[in-house]
Amino acid sequence: MKAPMILAACVGLTALALAARPAAVEAQSADSELASQCASCHALTKPANPTVEHLWNRKGPDLWYAGDKFNREWLVGWLQNPTPIRPGGVLWFKHAKAGEPHDTIDTAAVEKHPKVDAATAEKLADALLGLKSGLVTEGTFKPEAVNMAMGKMAFGKLRGCAACHQDQKGQGGLSGPQLYDAGARLKPDYVLAYTKDPQQFDRYVWMPTLTLSEPDLQRLTGYIVSLGKEAK
Amino acid sequence: MLRYGLAALGVVALSGAIALHQPARAEAESPKIRATAHLYDTYCAQCHGIQRNGKGINVVGLSVQPRDHSDTVAMSSLPRDQIVKAISEGGAAVNKSALMPSWANVFTPEQIQDMADYLIYVCKCDQSK
Repeated sequence: MKAPMILAACVGLTALALAARPAAVEAQSADSELASQCASCHALTKPANPTVEHLWNRKGPDLWYAGDKFNREWLVGWLQNPTPIRPGGVLWFKHAKAGEPHDTIDTAAVEKHPKVDAATAEKLADALLGLKSGLVTEGTFKPEAVNMAMGKMAFGKLRGCAACHQDQKGQGGLSGPQLYDAGARLKPDYVLAYTKDPQQFDRYVWMPTLTLSEPDLQRLTGYIVSLGKEAK
Repeated sequence: MLRYGLAALGVVALSGAIALHQPARAEAESPKIRATAHLYDTYCAQCHGIQRNGKGINVVGLSVQPRDHSDTVAMSSLPRDQIVKAISEGGAAVNKSALMPSWANVFTPEQIQDMADYLIYVCKCDQSK
């Protein structure tokens, strides 16, 4: 009586192990894809000793918090058809030219991101979304409390975000990433956490920490994540 | 012939003087000035310009012209403690534009003091007295 039960248990366990194997293999291959495709330009783990030089030497932005940051659907699309996110490139200074009436960016010199096929984009997006910092708390952004007109005013005038970021194509500063498709690209709780204290994500980044109240953070996040939602 | 020789000597002497002058200028830039210039490039030049003239790439997004740090006269009128306060607490703390943010979360207090020294060096305010 015992023997058939043991046999059945063994068969069951083997079946379970076989069923689990492809998923494990796939996860492993996504991770190795990430390591081989992305790690040469992007930090996939938090830099142990961040320095100003890290900003100057890196070829792409850090991705060790990509899972906090990106919306999957946007990521899959962008990896197949990448367009510039930072008008000034990875480090704006490297592409800036002195001139009149003001300095400009040599846009032709801005780095271009390589394209991948659809299957690779899906795999990379899954692996990237697994990279979390522990710095972002889900549900911090409260969309119901946002006054969009106040958010727009805070972005453009009161808090000076437009000094470095574009909220519409061609309108705003050039040293920070454009935000006119931020609604499709970025997760709201990440936008709020990063705006509150950029240095906890990127110790020497050239975005300053502004003195923002909680309502300021909510309305700015609300405005930023409303941008370009339909564009994807 | 002698005239050409003298002219050539003159050219050589002039080039020598120029060549000698360059290292003297570079020598004047202490390691601290060079390190702070690198910080200026990373953080300040986005608005204040890569030539320190208030014409950075972000001017297109600003409603107020950033301060021209190469303007000896205007910069000389600023007391050093006001410069330190503006860098550490932002423009609003010294009754200037709030578009100038506080850099206290990025720079150490020592780096802020070094930046004030650097700005006084850039505007040649120390030489104007």
